[in-house]
Amino acid sequence: MSDPTLLQRVSKALPWLLLVLAIVAPFALSAYDLNLLARFMAMAILALGIVLIWGHGGILSLGQGVFFGIGGYAIAMHMKMADLPEGELPDFMLWSGQESLPFWWAPFASPTFAIAAILFVPVLVGSLFAWAVFHRRVGGTYFALITQALALAFATLIISRQDVTGGFNGLTDFYGIFGVGLSSPGVPAALYWLTLALLVASYCGVRLLLASRFGMLLRAARDGENRIRFLGYNPTPFKVVAFAIAAMLAGIAGALFTLHAGVVSPALIGVVPSIEMVVWVAIGGRYSLAGAIVGALLVNIARDAVSSAFPELWLYLMGLLFILVVTLLPNGLAGLVASKRA
Amino acid sequence: MDATLFLNQLFNGFSVASLYLLASLGLALSFGLMRVINMAHGEMLMLGGYLAWMTLLVVPGAAGIILAIPVAFVGAAAMGGLIQSTLIRRLSARPLDTLLATWGVSLILQQGARDLFGAVGVEVRAPDWLSGSIALAGVTIPSARIFIIAVAVLVLGSLALLLLRSRIGLLVRAVNQDRMMAAATGIDVKRVDFTIFCLGAGIAGLAGVMLALLGPVTPNVGQSYIIPAFLVVVMGGLGSIVGTTAAAAILGLFSALAQIFVDVSVAQMLLLVFVVLFIQVRPQGVIAVRTRALDV
Amino acid sequence: MIGRIRASRLLVLASMCSALSLGACSSGGGAGDAPDGNTVSVGVLQSLTGTMAISEITVKNAEMLAIEEINAAGGVLGKTINAVVEDGASDPSTFAQKASKLIENDGVSTVFGGWTSASRKAMLPVFERTKNLLWYPVQFEGNECSPNIMYSGAQPNQQALPALKWAVEQGYKSYFLVGSDYVYPRTANLILKKHIEKGGMTVAGEAYVPLGGTDFSGVIAKIQQAKPAIIINTLNGDSNVAFFKQMQAAGLSPKTLPVMSFSIGEQEAQAMGAGLVEGSYAAWNYFQSLTGEANAKFIAAYKAKFGKDAAITDPMVHGYLDVWAWKAAVEKAKSFEPEAVRKAAATLGSFDTPMGKVSFAANQSLVQKAYIGKLKADGQFEIIADSGSDIAPEPYDALAFPGKSCKI
Repeated sequence: MSDPTLLQRVSKALPWLLLVLAIVAPFALSAYDLNLLARFMAMAILALGIVLIWGHGGILSLGQGVFFGIGGYAIAMHMKMADLPEGELPDFMLWSGQESLPFWWAPFASPTFAIAAILFVPVLVGSLFAWAVFHRRVGGTYFALITQALALAFATLIISRQDVTGGFNGLTDFYGIFGVGLSSPGVPAALYWLTLALLVASYCGVRLLLASRFGMLLRAARDGENRIRFLGYNPTPFKVVAFAIAAMLAGIAGALFTLHAGVVSPALIGVVPSIEMVVWVAIGGRYSLAGAIVGALLVNIARDAVSSAFPELWLYLMGLLFILVVTLLPNGLAGLVASKRA
Repeated sequence: MDATLFLNQLFNGFSVASLYLLASLGLALSFGLMRVINMAHGEMLMLGGYLAWMTLLVVPGAAGIILAIPVAFVGAAAMGGLIQSTLIRRLSARPLDTLLATWGVSLILQQGARDLFGAVGVEVRAPDWLSGSIALAGVTIPSARIFIIAVAVLVLGSLALLLLRSRIGLLVRAVNQDRMMAAATGIDVKRVDFTIFCLGAGIAGLAGVMLALLGPVTPNVGQSYIIPAFLVVVMGGLGSIVGTTAAAAILGLFSALAQIFVDVSVAQMLLLVFVVLFIQVRPQGVIAVRTRALDV
Repeated sequence: MIGRIRASRLLVLASMCSALSLGACSSGGGAGDAPDGNTVSVGVLQSLTGTMAISEITVKNAEMLAIEEINAAGGVLGKTINAVVEDGASDPSTFAQKASKLIENDGVSTVFGGWTSASRKAMLPVFERTKNLLWYPVQFEGNECSPNIMYSGAQPNQQALPALKWAVEQGYKSYFLVGSDYVYPRTANLILKKHIEKGGMTVAGEAYVPLGGTDFSGVIAKIQQAKPAIIINTLNGDSNVAFFKQMQAAGLSPKTLPVMSFSIGEQEAQAMGAGLVEGSYAAWNYFQSLTGEANAKFIAAYKAKFGKDAAITDPMVHGYLDVWAWKAAVEKAKSFEPEAVRKAAATLGSFDTPMGKVSFAANQSLVQKAYIGKLKADGQFEIIADSGSDIAPEPYDALAFPGKSCKI
């Protein structure tokens, strides 16, 4: 390794090598491991959104689980409706005493509507919420606290309206999507590739966005909101748009995750999961898109392994990682790599 | 609507508000001074609860609960001091990172309590004079809740005295108004920060004792009150004790009165909607502290 | 200064890497004890962490005890049972994930586990897809019958309805239903409401509190206003302590206003301090105070292993009997094949357990008695009534869900 050019060449080639490995993974991994990897990749899409708003926008959201949940529930509602025999109700409505299908459930039978809901309901909710808070110049710590309350309220609301949401159990027991069984041969691999493709596309999209004028203004607003006001810009629209994009990515992630996990439930979208999403990015590096992907994968793989062997240890470990990374390594793993290069 | 139920809930509102107030005073004080939120603040409540339980194991009966109050205060204040001096001080210029690092502390403290005391809650038996109730105009009022309101009023009064009449209060107000100027006049701002943080954590410990009178002390007992407490801070306005008190009262009453019409779960959602609507009208909080600074 | 920063960064990196690789190694270690010719692997999947851990760990203990006893007695079909324990972490999607790990990676031939309905619902598609078999030990809301699950916990007609029947016999006419906000309380209450109304009695009120909630001021105000004759309580876990405590403070102890609980067992009573709940009622299929030789033997064995203060509860006994029922079914079928085992289990006939003789019905739920107990000061229940005969399990209550039936 004495030859620096070799090191440089390796570090240049590494992402491409990883991408190739990711593409051929379905041929090498067991069904179970592939499913895990696919779930974690879905989560990495959400992590990209956190880099956008937190790293580059200075907006700390402790409520991304809400948008993850909207995406997850939208696809789950579609699958529930698609599996339904004519004139019947989804199973959980029966045992909750619901007698007719709520009007807002019916359109989810259409795949187009479901996909539109996955993409645009998070955007709508996210931008309305962000606008309501940001346009009154409330931000920073306040915003983080309000989003945390949002995550709590959203999870509690879903649990309490069991008759129309499936409650604490969430939605599960799906046959398939768009007419194909979720576990029929080839489908898991196809869904994996779909997730990988969307991850790569989201990565490229957010990267372009950050390199654009929009990204520059977002960073400027992060570093000195009043400064850019004096320069004649209103920072609110930039922050709202960034937040809406992050919400959309979270929604896509939630929908993909639900396809892989076969269940969506309030346990995945409340206060604790929402803040864990920030940990992935904190560990990977809040300014780095690649770091966020690595962070999301690494933390989830470690969690799976550690919690199997030493269940109690995981919470200590995560708490400690949180403290250490934030205090000593604010740029995360990506920061380490960058400093090595320099 | 039944008048008895309304009166009952009105009283419950004040009782919930006192708990919100005790849980949020410390947050508001240190937020006003240092612009940081300690996410492990809920665990100070938990610590207070467990300290009360341990005190009562040693000294059972009425004396125990009176003794538990100072013990919980000092214990939680010491833990707060530890967190402030080892972690928060290092992160002073990065409020959002403080949020995340203290969340890590909160996870560790919760799991630590689980390993030390078990995942099942422990129960603090209140002395007889605290576990009865008083009938007033057809409304049954539990004595424990009257006691909690009384403690909250007492704490508020002492805090006001401390801030307005004592030397340390003077220093705190000075740092609150202009940190740089205060430092320039020779005030040891770090010590002021430390003192206020300990005081805030101590009040939370005290709140933990009050919670123990109403329910079990569990490793995550703090979590059920901390999010409303955060909302109180958001609504109260920067570091204003009057604002925090008003916000706690409004949110406590709102949540109790909403429960006449809807379930607890829906009341929680309405509480958030209420706060978001409120900051549309008054983004600076109930009480706006006048400042010439641009970035507050 | 620069040196110091770099050193501390390296420290972080090192600690993170070691933490992560620790995980990676340990997961590799698990595969080491792969079954050879003389062992058969089964999965034990309960929450070892999170909010449900406190209840589920005791069920795991009981299941492990049964596995040890069977191994000590020579195993099943000449094979030693190798138990693979996994943590469901009180999270439904983790349950689903670990269930497919157990079946697809560890090759277990059956799984014992689950507690919340949410965990069972999340695991159900996994078991149906892999055609494996889950043994589920906890009382639940019915409305489900899957060929890939053996339901040994009570159906609503084996716990909730016998409790209501008892209350009616005692002359209670007005009921207040309070529960934690999740599926079991809401569905159990839905069924109860139909039966209460059909019997010409009144539902004075119904209130739910978020799981783990501890503020009951509003609920108690509603109870005071409604003035019911009895409360039916489906609260979960620590909420019970807060509820009973605040009820007592409001002058409503179980002695003045009776409470019938579906989720308070010996363990919960012990943890709450029996003084607070003394005199309240509970309905279960098993109480530690049941007489009988099998029960005495089980209690002694459990206490010898897990401490003499250990409380024994209904779900633990269900978990314990599940393992023994699986063994009997495997021996009857002469096969570990889940399909053959479940068919054998449903035709096993009655077998002896700590809760007396029970059997599996054709719908793969347990035929069992119901008991009503009154809590004494020492944390044990005095059995004051029982259903007399065994109750056949009905997954779908005929009154609440007409026209639905279970066909496997």
